[in-house]
Amino acid sequence: MLYRASRAALICPVPPSRMGVTCGGRLNLSRGNLQSPSDSGRETEREADMSLTDKDKAAVKALWAKISKSADAIGAEALGRLVTVYPQTKTYFAHWPDLSASSPSVKNHGKKIMGGVTLAVAKIDDLTNGLLDLSELHAFKLRVDPANFKLLSHCLLVVIAAMFPNDFTPEAHVSMDKFLCNLALGLSERYR
Amino acid sequence: MVKWSDFERATIQDIFSKIDSGAVGAAALSRCLTVYPWTQRYFSKFGNLSSADAIASNPKVAAHGKVVMGGLEKAMKNLDDIKNAFKDLSVLHSEKLQVDPDNFKLLADCVTIVVAGQMGKAFTAEVHAALEKFLAVVVSSLRKQYY
Repeated sequence: MLYRASRAALICPVPPSRMGVTCGGRLNLSRGNLQSPSDSGRETEREADMSLTDKDKAAVKALWAKISKSADAIGAEALGRLVTVYPQTKTYFAHWPDLSASSPSVKNHGKKIMGGVTLAVAKIDDLTNGLLDLSELHAFKLRVDPANFKLLSHCLLVVIAAMFPNDFTPEAHVSMDKFLCNLALGLSERYR
Repeated sequence: MVKWSDFERATIQDIFSKIDSGAVGAAALSRCLTVYPWTQRYFSKFGNLSSADAIASNPKVAAHGKVVMGGLEKAMKNLDDIKNAFKDLSVLHSEKLQVDPDNFKLLADCVTIVVAGQMGKAFTAEVHAALEKFLAVVVSSLRKQYY
């Protein structure tokens, strides 16, 4: 459990321990995600640090329904931004002749990545198992440092914000961010 | 000293001239408090922060968002020496406000997302990169005086 928590910390912002979160001296229970010590039988959710509530899943699905028609464009944009804003990520694509956002390699690969995200939306109720194959791919073949998942997640959020400013409300943002964090965790499941 | 290309300099000035600074500050801070709720720990005196709507309509959040943007504008005006321009702000955040510096990155990410929402297509990958570099320097300068 400690290992999973430290892996989560590498991938996503880590809130203070649940018992320690205070807001003006009272426990912050406003988002309903915190679990009292008397909860039993919810070990798997506690392990994951950021459990997706039903509200989160609904928000992700609702946002996805609005943006999925543009999935290819979103993927291409996000990947183009990743290599531009975080040039160290270019090391994974050294075999491509053209790394600009408009290059066919970037466009195609962005499409592939979004295929993965689409799969994850469909498997939102069990990301760990649903993403096992992709995790093996990233762990053993691609060997992408999991810290980069956070960078791509951020680029995806920026692109969605730019393309769909009215739909990407703060509520949609928090659910999407949590979903992408859990996606990244699922992708890193097989690493070690 | 940070090196800025002509493009980066021009882009950062351009962003600030195009955006509605007050609105960006308010939206970025309220997004930060919503998306990363543990950041609310620093705003216990701000009143009702119990829901996304409450945060979005909280006048103290909006006012403080403006203060934050004032800081970013100061950085923009002192592009060649943000570190020194921010010395007092860094001491303030570490000694008086006692903010965990990891939170600066979270707010910076929210600023990026709000600016992206405002600028839409004009927020190209290159403009995005310039803004993130700027915000990274601001965050680093704010962390400088922590010990």
